[in-house]
Amino acid sequence: MSEIAAPPSSNTPIPSHADLFFAFFKITLSGFGGTLPWTRRMFVEEKRWMTAEEFNDSYALCQFLPGPNIVNLTAVFGSRMRGATGAMAAWAGFLLVPFCVMLAAAVLYERFGDVDAVRRVLAGIAPAAAGLIVATLAKMAAPLFRSFGPAPFVLLATMLAIGLMRWPLLLVMIVLVPTSIGLAWWTRR
Amino acid sequence: MKTDFDILSTLGVQFAIMSLLALGGANAVVPEMHRQAVELRGWMNEREFADMFAISQAAPGPNVMLVTLIGYHVAGFAGAVVTTFAMCGPTAVLAQYLGRTWDLFKDAPWRMAVQAGLAPISVGLVGASAIVLTRAADHNWFAVLITVATAVTAYGTRWNPLWLIGVGALVGLAGLV
Repeated sequence: MSEIAAPPSSNTPIPSHADLFFAFFKITLSGFGGTLPWTRRMFVEEKRWMTAEEFNDSYALCQFLPGPNIVNLTAVFGSRMRGATGAMAAWAGFLLVPFCVMLAAAVLYERFGDVDAVRRVLAGIAPAAAGLIVATLAKMAAPLFRSFGPAPFVLLATMLAIGLMRWPLLLVMIVLVPTSIGLAWWTRR
Repeated sequence: MKTDFDILSTLGVQFAIMSLLALGGANAVVPEMHRQAVELRGWMNEREFADMFAISQAAPGPNVMLVTLIGYHVAGFAGAVVTTFAMCGPTAVLAQYLGRTWDLFKDAPWRMAVQAGLAPISVGLVGASAIVLTRAADHNWFAVLITVATAVTAYGTRWNPLWLIGVGALVGLAGLV
């Protein structure tokens, strides 16, 4: 197998490493409120580096893999275009801006985190941020409770073990992952 | 600020393990980050953890960048670099490798079973995050009210979450929380 993956479609040029780096760099600059739509727009509609199906396939893989989905996406895309080094270029292009932004936020937080006005703002944002996760939970859990099967029990067992019992994640996953996959295999149609 | 090798290697190992266990994304490992940083190692208190999560949600960029804030808090610039690499590196290596072999097994029956088995775990982990974060952030009834109002609005409407964060910030600035 050659180092460089096959180009997505024959009539468009394969992006260079620099193209990949700056494509993701640009995506993060416009990425207020979700980078996925911007990534799709650039790769499928603007540059035509991928077809819509190739994009969906790659995204399915990223959701299947552990880790930050959107970061995995950069590696999968980069790798499909230019192999391992392409993945590194895309990955670095994607992380550079958010890393610098967060570093700045971290420096400011350590310096001004105790200032009264900052404290009050954070005391208001923190409960709102927690509320967003509660809403995400509700949206994700709804479809699992609509069907019969082991899924709701696995969901509640995970919540109990990690959220309330506070058991170590690694141990809980060693037990729950094979159990849940086995149940899914056993109850599949 | 401590920057010795021991702390950096602990950060690197723990966040790399978390990265490989983050089923469904970075929010899945918020409870384990909390367990490590607040309960086990005393790197920060409840309030600081809730603050950092809030900042990571309010700032542009992916939510996973919470690890950069934690790394900086624990061990300065070096800590921020280590946690970011440890959280974003290992699965990216896996992803770029599988990106080239995915076509071979994307329609395999075992792949469907793995995906169906992992889905409720990843949702359960988000549920655990919700428990841990509400406990860390909600210290009075008004904070609970903000959480409930935000959750209901985010669930029932398609408003940009940043508006809801902004409302929380204004309510907080007004000194109501």
